[in-house]
Amino acid sequence: MPELTDITIDKEIDARGSFCPGPLMELIRGMKVLPVGGVLAVLSGDPGSAKDIPAWIQKAKHDYIGAFPEQGYTRFVARKTH
Amino acid sequence: MPQHILIVGGGVGGTIVANLLARSLHRNEAEITLIDSTGKHAYMPGWLYMPFNHVDAEDDQLIRPERDLLNNHVHLVTGEVQKIDTQNRELHVRHSMGLDEIIGTGGASEAMYPYDYLVLATGARLVASDLPGLDGTEGKWHHFYSAEGSLQLRQALSTFEGGRIVITVGGIPYRCPPAPLEFTFLLDDWLRKSGLRDKTEIRYLYPLPRVFPIESVAEVATPLLEERDVKYTVFFNTEAVDTERKVISSMEGEEFPYDLLVIVPPHRGAKVIEESGMGDEQGWLPTDRATLEVKGQERVYALGDATDLPVSKSGSAAHFEAKVVAHRLIAEIRGEEASNGEATYDGEVMCFLETGQNKATQLVFNYEHPPHPPRPSLYYHMEKQLFNRAYWYIVPQGLV
Repeated sequence: MPELTDITIDKEIDARGSFCPGPLMELIRGMKVLPVGGVLAVLSGDPGSAKDIPAWIQKAKHDYIGAFPEQGYTRFVARKTH
Repeated sequence: MPQHILIVGGGVGGTIVANLLARSLHRNEAEITLIDSTGKHAYMPGWLYMPFNHVDAEDDQLIRPERDLLNNHVHLVTGEVQKIDTQNRELHVRHSMGLDEIIGTGGASEAMYPYDYLVLATGARLVASDLPGLDGTEGKWHHFYSAEGSLQLRQALSTFEGGRIVITVGGIPYRCPPAPLEFTFLLDDWLRKSGLRDKTEIRYLYPLPRVFPIESVAEVATPLLEERDVKYTVFFNTEAVDTERKVISSMEGEEFPYDLLVIVPPHRGAKVIEESGMGDEQGWLPTDRATLEVKGQERVYALGDATDLPVSKSGSAAHFEAKVVAHRLIAEIRGEEASNGEATYDGEVMCFLETGQNKATQLVFNYEHPPHPPRPSLYYHMEKQLFNRAYWYIVPQGLV
């Protein structure tokens, strides 16, 4: 996994505290409007995101860059590939 | 000199803000104007039931004049906001001529409204063209996200003789996240009562890895779907609809055929927000999650569906946000310090989820605490039914 400082993030969505619609929904929404090749970060405090987010990115065939833990939340980063 | 407060949007959020301000502020402190494009106030949750009942689109359970819901101190303007100019703190409005407008403007069809404080409660709009296959094919797919849509769906169901019904969402975000699930349960009930259930396959498609965003709610809903023989497919983000072949396909590469498609149309923020360059790519207003101020603007607040907040687009969120906006405005106008608890939105939402068979559950949550839905029961269904009636007398007025 690359260092966070090496990645240029094009858009960051703060989904901390979101139960409905939730961080994954915010990520999918962000991916839909991001230009192809763009890098999206989503901040989530939900432990379920560690499973949900990589699973969806894999299923939707985007590029999962990684999960970067912060104080009390995680920054999930992915690149839109198509 | 009274401060001019302009509120754009006469939905649940805008109406509550207007009424709370009018009750607290004296006329020499503030002049409050609410601008709404239709002058009518819709109770949108009522549309969910319309495909299965006989309620008329103009029934007063569903729609009432906005004027009847507003405090007398609130000036109502019926017209379309053409432009929001935050540099000069003014709105350009094209009127739909009513008595208020004729008196207020001397008969001009367009007018400029200056403000000291602006509240944007401009809501969401349905944009079918955002999903390939939906634009121009209305009537070949259905939804229950407007009174007209629900009536057309009622009509389609009245001639339905069995087959495959697919229920899904056409874009993210969409208003009232539980609604597709609720519709599925109510449809199952209706098909059973109509003797069509054994001739019908119901398939529910959802974008996430489970049938509802919140895990604790999905745990309640999934066994109910299975119990009622509803097929469900998760990880299905609709990419296109082919109304000729009657097939729906996903970003993840799956396809399902249907005979009747019920799809929540893609949503966007209001056109004027997009055109004023204030919104994000989908026209949602970048909003501070605690203070509800529009980011990068002064004296501008946003609430309800119009915001980009990671909370559900629902009347309930707008309702709780309205109290925060009103509290902060009153404090600002009086030069007082806004007291912390009431002046901060904590992500509070409280809503019901109809699970069919005359049962419902209730979801209460905020930014910090997920919901713990009780077991579906008649009690919550009755409470929801009561709320549907009581809404008109307690919610817009800001009494609860």
